[in-house]
Amino acid sequence: MTNEELKIQLTALFPTATWEEGTEWPTFQITPAEWSTVANELRTNDALKFDYLFCETCVDWKTHLTMVYHLSSTNFRHNIVVKAKLDRTKPEIATVAGIWRTAEFFEREVYEMYGVNFLGHPDLRLLILPDGWEGKNPMRKDFEDPINMIKL
Amino acid sequence: MFEEVAKTAEGDLVINVGPQHPATHGVLHLLITLNGETIKKVEPHLGYIHRSIEKMCESLTYRQFIYVTSRMDYLSAHINNHACALCVEKGMQIEVPDRAKVIRVLMDELTRIASHELWWGAMAMDLGAFTPFFHAFRERETINDIMEETCGARLTMNYMVPGGVMQDLHPDFQRRVKEFLVLYKRKIHEYDEMVTGNIIFQNRMKGVGYISPEDVISYGVTGPAARGSGVSSDIRKLYPYEIYDKLQFDEVLETAGDSFARYLVRLREMDQSIRIVEQLIDNIPEGDFQAKTKAVLKLPKGEFYTRVETARGELGVYIVSEGGTTPYRIKFRSPGFSNLSALDHMVRGGKLGDLVASMGTLDLVIPDIDR
Repeated sequence: MTNEELKIQLTALFPTATWEEGTEWPTFQITPAEWSTVANELRTNDALKFDYLFCETCVDWKTHLTMVYHLSSTNFRHNIVVKAKLDRTKPEIATVAGIWRTAEFFEREVYEMYGVNFLGHPDLRLLILPDGWEGKNPMRKDFEDPINMIKL
Repeated sequence: MFEEVAKTAEGDLVINVGPQHPATHGVLHLLITLNGETIKKVEPHLGYIHRSIEKMCESLTYRQFIYVTSRMDYLSAHINNHACALCVEKGMQIEVPDRAKVIRVLMDELTRIASHELWWGAMAMDLGAFTPFFHAFRERETINDIMEETCGARLTMNYMVPGGVMQDLHPDFQRRVKEFLVLYKRKIHEYDEMVTGNIIFQNRMKGVGYISPEDVISYGVTGPAARGSGVSSDIRKLYPYEIYDKLQFDEVLETAGDSFARYLVRLREMDQSIRIVEQLIDNIPEGDFQAKTKAVLKLPKGEFYTRVETARGELGVYIVSEGGTTPYRIKFRSPGFSNLSALDHMVRGGKLGDLVASMGTLDLVIPDIDR
C-alpha cells in the first residue's frame, strides 16, 4: 500500500488517532491506554500485517516522554510510525514483547535509560546499566554526571 | 556480584561465559543455566563497553557526531558513517555528487568484504581451527592497506561526511583494488577447501542454532543471520540507497536456518560484494567528491530515519531535530542488539559446546550492541 492508502485505512481503524504531517512514513499518535489493542490490530489485520518492529525508542521532551515505534511489514513492505505520549513522573505503557519478541530487549533498554514501566513485560530488569544502579535514568535530559560526562 | 559457579534451586548449574572470554569476541557476559550439558537459559549482561554514544551525540554537531559512530561497529566503520551522513543529507536535502556516491559504495563493499573475512577467520578459530585466521587476515590486511592510503586510518576511517566524502581517492586506489581482486579470486577457493568442505566443521554447524523465518522476523534478526533462514532482508535491495538500485548483485538466501546456512550466506556474500566492486572500479565518474555545504549544519525541525545494510544487518539512524546545530535525540538501531536478543531462543535445548557455533554465526560485535 502507498502511504496515502495506508493512512485512509488506518484512520478508519483508529478514528481517535492524531496524525502528523510532512513525515516520510505515516505517523500517528495514540494514548498509552489504547496501545495494546492498536498493536494487536496492526499485527493481526490481514491487510496490514506489521510483523517487524524495526525500532522502538523513547524521546524525552522535558514536559513528557514519547514512545516511538517504527513498524514494517515484511509481506507488503510498508512502514508506519506510532507514537504514544507518556506522563513524565509516572510513565507507564503496555508491553509489546508478546507481539514482537524483539521488543523485549528494546523495552529493557528504554526502562533503564528513561524509567518507563512496561506493564506485563516478562523480564523487566536492567540490561546495560550495572546491577544495583541507583539514581536517575541516564538518557533523560535532566541527568547530570559531572564526573564521567564531559559537556562540550 | 556474580558467583563464578552457582546452583539454582532445581540443582541446575549456572556458569558465566565472559566478560573476558575468547569466544565472545569482546566484553560480552553470558549467564548460562545448564542441566548437565544442555542449555536451559542464556541471559546476556551488557554494558561492559557502553560509552553512551547516543547521549554523547546530543552535545555534538552534525559534523562531529559522525566520528563517534565509527566506534560503534568498528568492523563496518564506513557503513556507520555512511548511514549518519545519509540521515543528515536527507534532513538538509543535500544532493551528493555522483563521484562521491560511487566512492561511498566502493568503500562500503570493501568494508563488507573485510568484515566477513575477519568473521570467517574468527568463526573457524572458535571451532578449533587456527590456521584459517591467518589466511583470512592475508586478504583483510590488503583491504586495510587500501583504506589506509585513502582515509588515513585502518579501522575508524571517518571518511564519509555530510555531502560526500572527506577527500579524493588516492591516485593508487584503482590499481590496488584491482590487485586485490586478482588476489581474492586466486585465494577464495582455499576458504571452501579448508573449512566449508571439512566434515568435522560441517558436523558442528549443521542443525545447530536453528531459527525459523517467523522467529527471525519477530526477533528483528537482520543481515546474513536472517538470510540464512530464507528471510529477504537486504536493505540494499528492499529500500535502495545511493546507487544500489543500478547495480547488478544478488541477495544470497539459504533456507536451512542453521549455523551452516548462515555461514554459507556470509561466504557467498563476499562474492557479491566483489561483483559490485568490479562493476564500479573502472567507472568512477569524474567531478567533485563533496557537495558544497555550509560550514555550520542545521537540520530543520523534524524527524529523520535512514536504514542501511551493514555487514551484520540493518542499521537504523533516527534523528530528532529541534532545528539547532546539535541533534535533540539520536537513536542507533544497531543490528547486533536485535540479533543478540534471539540467541537465547536459538541455543535453548542445545549443548553448551554448540553455543560458540550459534554465537559465531550471529557475528556479534560487542561495541555495536552496547553503543
